[in-house]
Amino acid sequence: MEPVLEAKGISKSFPGVLALDGVSLALNPGEVHALVGENGAGKSTLIKVFTGVYRPDGGELRYLGAPAAFGTPLEAQRAGISTIYQEVNLVPMMSVARNLLLGREPRGRFGVIDAARMYGAAEQVLAGYGVDADVRRPLRTLGVGAQQMVALARAVSVDARVVIMDEPTSSLEPREVETLFGVIRRLRETGIAVIYVSHRLGELYQVCDRVTVLRDGRLAHTGELAELPRLELISLMLGRELNEVKAEGVTRFSHDHALADGEPVVEARGLARRHVLNGVDVSVRPGEVVGLGGLLGAGRTETAKAIAGALPIDGGQVLVAGLPLRGGSTTAAIRAGVSLLPEDRKAEGIIPGLSVRENIALAALPSLAKAGVVSEAKIDAVVEIFMRRLKIKAASPGQPVAELSGGNQQKVLLARLLAVRPKVVLLDEPTRGIDVGAKAEVQALIDELAGEGLGVLLISSDLGELVEGADRVLVLREGAVVGELAGAEVTEERIMATIAEQAGAEQAGSDQVGAEQAGSEQAGAEQSGG
Amino acid sequence: MTSPTMNLTDQPSANGSARRERTGRVLQQHGALMVLALLVIVGSLAFDSFATAGNAASVVVSSSFLAIIAIGMTFVIISGGIDLSVGSLFVLGGVLAAYGSQYGTAVALLLPLTVCGVVGLAQGLIIARTGMAPFIVTLAGLLGVRGLMLAISDEGATTFLVRDPAFAALGQGDLLGLTYPVYVTAALALAAMVLLQRTGFGQNVYAIGGNEQAAALMGVPVARTKVLVYVMSALLAGLAGVLNAARLSSGVTILGIGLELDAISAVVIGGTLLTGGAGGITGTVAGVLLLGVIQSLINQVGNLTSAFQQVVSGAFLALVVVAQRLLSKAQRLS
Amino acid sequence: MAELKPRLYAWVQDYGVYAAVLALLLFNVLFTPNFLDVSNFRTQLVQVTPIVIVSLGMALVIGTQGIDLSVGSVMALAAALVVLYLGYGWLPALAVALVGGAAVGAAGGALVAYAGVQPIVATLALLVGVRGLANVLVPQLVEFRNPDLIALGSSSVAGIPVIVLIAAALTLAMLFVVRRTTFGRQVVAIGGNRSASELSGLPVQRVLLLVYVISGLLAALAGVLATARLQASDPTSLGLFIELSAITAVVVGGTPLTGGRIRVLSTVMGALLMQLLSATLIKHNLPQSWTQMVQAVIILAAVYATRERASR
Repeated sequence: MEPVLEAKGISKSFPGVLALDGVSLALNPGEVHALVGENGAGKSTLIKVFTGVYRPDGGELRYLGAPAAFGTPLEAQRAGISTIYQEVNLVPMMSVARNLLLGREPRGRFGVIDAARMYGAAEQVLAGYGVDADVRRPLRTLGVGAQQMVALARAVSVDARVVIMDEPTSSLEPREVETLFGVIRRLRETGIAVIYVSHRLGELYQVCDRVTVLRDGRLAHTGELAELPRLELISLMLGRELNEVKAEGVTRFSHDHALADGEPVVEARGLARRHVLNGVDVSVRPGEVVGLGGLLGAGRTETAKAIAGALPIDGGQVLVAGLPLRGGSTTAAIRAGVSLLPEDRKAEGIIPGLSVRENIALAALPSLAKAGVVSEAKIDAVVEIFMRRLKIKAASPGQPVAELSGGNQQKVLLARLLAVRPKVVLLDEPTRGIDVGAKAEVQALIDELAGEGLGVLLISSDLGELVEGADRVLVLREGAVVGELAGAEVTEERIMATIAEQAGAEQAGSDQVGAEQAGSEQAGAEQSGG
Repeated sequence: MTSPTMNLTDQPSANGSARRERTGRVLQQHGALMVLALLVIVGSLAFDSFATAGNAASVVVSSSFLAIIAIGMTFVIISGGIDLSVGSLFVLGGVLAAYGSQYGTAVALLLPLTVCGVVGLAQGLIIARTGMAPFIVTLAGLLGVRGLMLAISDEGATTFLVRDPAFAALGQGDLLGLTYPVYVTAALALAAMVLLQRTGFGQNVYAIGGNEQAAALMGVPVARTKVLVYVMSALLAGLAGVLNAARLSSGVTILGIGLELDAISAVVIGGTLLTGGAGGITGTVAGVLLLGVIQSLINQVGNLTSAFQQVVSGAFLALVVVAQRLLSKAQRLS
Repeated sequence: MAELKPRLYAWVQDYGVYAAVLALLLFNVLFTPNFLDVSNFRTQLVQVTPIVIVSLGMALVIGTQGIDLSVGSVMALAAALVVLYLGYGWLPALAVALVGGAAVGAAGGALVAYAGVQPIVATLALLVGVRGLANVLVPQLVEFRNPDLIALGSSSVAGIPVIVLIAAALTLAMLFVVRRTTFGRQVVAIGGNRSASELSGLPVQRVLLLVYVISGLLAALAGVLATARLQASDPTSLGLFIELSAITAVVVGGTPLTGGRIRVLSTVMGALLMQLLSATLIKHNLPQSWTQMVQAVIILAAVYATRERASR
């Protein structure tokens, strides 16, 4: 069978990053093809190549048996490649029917839109997708699942040959997931090819025929999904050989800080937020590095943000040194000694127009000022200390931070964090997207900070970093802690096994498929794309 | 312990949230109309001279010019933009019409509309092509057009008079106690409703204002739609000026100051979101009439100056935008 | 060429306004008779003073990605309040006017910071309502004879009008606030990246509120000074359209409307440039209409130049 869409040795690079390195993927008509990989593996970039957002630097894209080059997403869509994003890409305030039929509304007399026929047509189409809603109401009044169905119905009704689904179930209810799978199976029967991106392994095995695994921009595996055991799939995604012995010295962690005991410096109890966190308990003691493991979208970032007061919670409590913290206020959290290094450096971290110096001093300004007037001398002193300690490479403290490399920007943010003298730091992917040298330095710093008695909560998709850096690892899944590993148990195999066990449990009862937030995926994609 | 049931929070029942959503939407769309009705009732009870045909006609007649401008502004705001140049275009339209009327009715109509259309086209092209903020582009338009108007009218010193009776009749002639501009306004409002609700162009305007990126992905010609919206707004502002010149038999140069703000107020009070993507003509017309009725009521009270109307309008506008924020927040939560 | 273009834009944004002022001055020295006359200079400076004071606040607001349309109406309100309370002496009257301005600013700031209303609508509502309020308080032009207030508007120190000195002092104070205070740096940071500022624990809402209060205070002061100079309170027309002049001054000074940068001196230069431009055109018998058309072109050019810089 000739593939409907085929990527042959596609390469794509951005300044400083090789996002795709000779990746091939062949998509046959009527197949559901899983595309998996961790953050930065190149999934988003590959999808953007398929949909005309990016042009590949090398390799060939073939569609319907002919070479293809889409200039814009609209072009790709008109050719028959539709994408359903996790953030529904429709117009929320317009009615369901108008969204479904925008540009193809049935016309009546004088060429004006025939509203009655439009609503009728919309109801008829959507019934086939299990959407039973008043099509006159604004789209946003529908549940996310139903919105996604509308997007899917729209895509299919414009004669799609290929439908790409990016984390389609991330905010669906179990019943909606079943409906979606029904629709996917129907698409498959009509010969439409589906690329299905998801981190929910159970779902992949339920609905996908073949799988392509990407890792670090390269093709790690492609083949029949049913022939690939779950644990092997995870190890392919995370890039670890099953029997690989833990290599010493992969990271810079010395792991020599004395195992901390005593009262936790920060303790989170039952953190809950709809669709995101489902009663997470975490505690960090002084001098301890606690790792958060889990696949993308398991609730790691959200846990850190909730502790730092940057994400409102529906339930639960955060205690710092035994005292409850006022929720929803980063100011209060920082004052209490809890500082967060956000995952998305560009959007939530640096202030691009300001200098390295101003960026470092930002959070600590009140302590570097007298009666509201800043002391330049004090700022200079603090900036100098941290620039030297973190080996920040900048032309001068006055250089705009936007001109620095990713690694140095990250160090600037760490300096900002440390300048307020926190008791505990929450580091969300501190070494992602930075060069090897800076990575080693950041890892050494984490070690050093714990040695000085700081509590560290470390989120990392790099298993090696987690294993060697953390004293204790909590594995999260679907917004809940599903396993805790300490001491000798902290190995890559155990972490992967814990994730896989839970993934297995999930398949046992599909009604347990809850909701999972994977908002961090896009942030990662933007970083690699920027 | 691993049960991933996420619904820890008390979710409002589907019924309750739907009802709340619908209430919010009705308030948003028809709030101005309700307040208008309320004010008319209160006014009729309180003042004998309020609920008279004469007073009603005078409110409607004096509101018609603002209504025409506000109709264009509605399109602009729904598309997610803003047009500050309409006040200046209104005056320019009037001056050009009065000037052109010496060469006949056709010139009196076509000259101002052509010039205003070109201004709108230029603004629309700059906004759509360069991505500069509509606020700033039309602010420059406000200044530039006023300058142009002053240049034509000898720094405002020359007031062209309309000597063409046919043209003057456009603004002064009346039918059943209402002047022609009222009927023109009504026809325009109807046409605008059809355009907005029942044509592809109208759908595109909503789509762009609601989510420009999604609209582009759905195949909406974003740039062309934006340009058209600004051309329309400029044409309508010019037309309002033309009719006003016909009504006054002269191209008065000192009018139109702050008219763009009145138009924006009326549109927002009428329930159109300033962030774009939602709203409609009915609301705008109700908003314009509401401003007119407030004015009329304040006149009825007698010892209050017309300045009081501004206080009320300003307070009302603030109230409306806060209410809109709360409504949209409530709807997002539901 | 590709290298040169962004650098050229950057240069224009940073120094364009100074170059333009210098060029205009040079042109006038060469071609305008009596230009160097002291009284002419003084008149120009006194005329531009209210705009300068208002633009200082506007620069701060625009630095947070906001806008304040209410400044002209606040001037009118201050003018009304100052004559109403002049019976208690000019200082108490001044204080009441300033409190009034701060209150309007606080209302706008609260709408923006706490209610989440877009700055342009929030301050538009105030523009309409506060002008009305001023007119309700003082329906017609009122002349006054308080010698102290008149002196404030007309006296000079060492040949320089007092109100010009006040504007200069305020400029320096604003420079100090922006460059040397915690508040000033927080304002710039919030305009540069609001979510990063929130995550860094900055009191974002409080800072935003204060920004609009300062803008209101400055507008009120400008209103009192303009009233003192006119020797009459004129809430109907005082400060009309000054928001546009102030925004123009800020934009022409090279401050991007996208926030994250506050350029105090350039803003003052922007105001001076527009004043000088209109004076030059008038002196050369080009009418007011030309000034407005040229202004329009300059605004577009200035924003276009900032845009290039921002999207680089």
